[in-house]
Amino acid sequence: MFAGFSGEQGDLIPLLQKVQADVGYISEEAIEAISGFLRCSDNQVFGVASFYSQFRFVQPGRHSVKVCLGTACHVKGGQVLCEAVERELGVVPGQTTSDLRFDLQRVACLGCCALAPVIQVNDDVHSRMAVIRLKGVLNKYE
Amino acid sequence: MSEFEQMRRRAIEKWRLLQASKLPVIFIGMASCGKAAGAGEVLQVLKARLKDARVKARIVEVGCIGPCYLEPLLDVKLPGQPRVSYSNVNPDKVKRIVESHIVKREPQKLIAAGHFGNGDGSIPAGIPRFFDLPMLKPQVRVVLRNCGFIDPGDIDHYLANEGYLGAVKALAMTPADVISEVREAGLRGRGGAGFPTFKKWEVCRNAPGKVKYMICNADEGDPGAFMNRSLLEGDPHAVLEGLLIAAYAIGASHGYIYIRAEYPLAIARLKQALVQMRHYGFLGNNIQGSGFNFDITIKEGAGAFVCGEETALIASIEGKRGMPKSRPPFPAVSGLHGKPTIINNVETLGTLPNILRNGASWYRQLGCEGNPGTKTFSLVGKVRRTGLIEVPLGMTLRQIIFDIGGGTRKPFKAVQTGGPSGGCLSDEFLDTPINYESLTAAGSIMGSGGLIIMDEDTCVVDIARYFLDFTQKESCGKCSPCRVGSRHMVEILERITKGEGQPEDLIRLQVLGETVKRGSLCGLGQTAPNPVLTTLRYFRQEYLSHVKDKHCPATVCRELLEYRVVPGKCTGCQRCVSVCPTGAITGPRAEPHNLDPSKCIKCRACYEICRYDAIAGDAIIIRSKGQPQYEQQA
Repeated sequence: MFAGFSGEQGDLIPLLQKVQADVGYISEEAIEAISGFLRCSDNQVFGVASFYSQFRFVQPGRHSVKVCLGTACHVKGGQVLCEAVERELGVVPGQTTSDLRFDLQRVACLGCCALAPVIQVNDDVHSRMAVIRLKGVLNKYE
Repeated sequence: MSEFEQMRRRAIEKWRLLQASKLPVIFIGMASCGKAAGAGEVLQVLKARLKDARVKARIVEVGCIGPCYLEPLLDVKLPGQPRVSYSNVNPDKVKRIVESHIVKREPQKLIAAGHFGNGDGSIPAGIPRFFDLPMLKPQVRVVLRNCGFIDPGDIDHYLANEGYLGAVKALAMTPADVISEVREAGLRGRGGAGFPTFKKWEVCRNAPGKVKYMICNADEGDPGAFMNRSLLEGDPHAVLEGLLIAAYAIGASHGYIYIRAEYPLAIARLKQALVQMRHYGFLGNNIQGSGFNFDITIKEGAGAFVCGEETALIASIEGKRGMPKSRPPFPAVSGLHGKPTIINNVETLGTLPNILRNGASWYRQLGCEGNPGTKTFSLVGKVRRTGLIEVPLGMTLRQIIFDIGGGTRKPFKAVQTGGPSGGCLSDEFLDTPINYESLTAAGSIMGSGGLIIMDEDTCVVDIARYFLDFTQKESCGKCSPCRVGSRHMVEILERITKGEGQPEDLIRLQVLGETVKRGSLCGLGQTAPNPVLTTLRYFRQEYLSHVKDKHCPATVCRELLEYRVVPGKCTGCQRCVSVCPTGAITGPRAEPHNLDPSKCIKCRACYEICRYDAIAGDAIIIRSKGQPQYEQQA
């Protein structure tokens, strides 16, 4: 896990990114392993990890739903769409459904402003979304 | 002949062979935006169709040429004909393009967007020149000159188009001469503040110490802005060449590119470009025989808006929480690991090769007095032609929004410049020339170049709340004016949008906003109140409607709205009954339905199904409750 890292403090964020890419989230065990390697406290590692929005601390679902709330999507009804997703999945952003099927995140901008509003499920961008199309889109992912 | 000249000649020959290719050459825009619009599928279908038609062709994946509303774009270049561009390409159009244009050599003028010919006789009739299209004609492409033309994954394409000429020229000059050339050009930082680039450099150059760092800031965090992403995806070598020139000028031996992790394609392009740079001797020891040593590391950001600020960015590279420090000392004196450090924005760096190659006096011809050069903007929101543009500074907002952007479908209301840190300007500013000073005077900022256009369906109070909510969440929490002040401002704005605002709230907002602006440590807090202060200044009437009449003129603020069924229009089709999640709509089939406002959660499901379903009509309307003469209209 620590191959290619020298143990300097500058390695902390790249290490967290590697753990998240491999496992999908930052577990308590991962924090302990990193703090041991960098010879700092768990709190320091968690303090840095929780500062950045990229890092997650709960296990992700099989499919990851991202609702874009960038400016263009907001103007075209992203908030109403996000609430509809929350109702549909029964979770709030940052959580995973109890059957581990979906996790939900809100993101600042997916960069598809001309196609707003958009949601992203795994790597698929669903453009020009509407509340009434939501069920159909989510049903495609088991 | 120098080694560089040999590489350049080889590259030019390779480029000429591509232009004069006996095979059809197909260019396809494969930047992130093109892919989101479906370019990946188009590419697959294209390959299959070519195979069916038994045609051999060369496919070149290029970056984004700018007009996002035309994506996906696919260009065809046949021997003896100019390159012809097709827009909004889908699998059906691919079939037609392959069968008619590529096989029968007949450009399809009905679906073509434009051609790239240079008046050389063989121009297909009925197709305009691509750069004569209304969106492109007023533009001047300096930084974006290669985007959409060259293969960003091939350093030879860049070399053949005058690439690295600027760097080689700079390496033959003294660092002091490079700095004075940039001073002559009058280049100002394109990241937002507009600080003269050479001044920063001079301070760093003269700072004592052997180890210095050069950082490229590619942490483009503004929602609705994608200029830097497009440039890095479409022409990564331009930015890297700029980084090399800047490092030589300040005497840095190591460089970093701090880039958002949300830009995977741009990161991949940069990594590929760095390998090629090293292979061609533009990285490492003794670059092009000049004795100058330089290396570059890519650092991925982890998602924090505040890391666009210089000292926060440095903290993040050092592996700490990205919190700004008070300045001085400025990073140019004491930055990364306590060493003199320069941080320049992607676009600033992308401009440098052009200045060095063509000279300062050439650059000064562009733009206006005190603001030379061009600036890229991402034009988004309620404008007809969205996309990435580059214009000379000094152009008016009217030219940008109406000539280039094609105006809005509904009446124009406002333009937000500079992203969440900028301001919301009304139509009285449409004829103001855009430059750093004029935008600051209007209470906004240039910012990195996001332009969000709003029409009468956008509620400015809601927009102000949205931006402040964003900056409040991104506040790092170090200083209390920003942490506490922005929080209170969001709470007041939420009250107003819910119709619970008091007239005194407007005064409170004004005072709080000015305090946060004056008292905050870094640029995030100092600019966060701009959207509120500018909307209070230019759209006061709209705030007053929310506060006094509990009325949202744009019918956006949900608590002030009401959903209603128009009995005369309702066909009783029960579509809305079936989608309503709370059972608020009832009524037997074929009779006008009833909507119970106490159960309605305003989720829009019934409204959408009523508008988009052929059987239903426009029977469900959304109205602002406080609208004057509301009862008569309903």
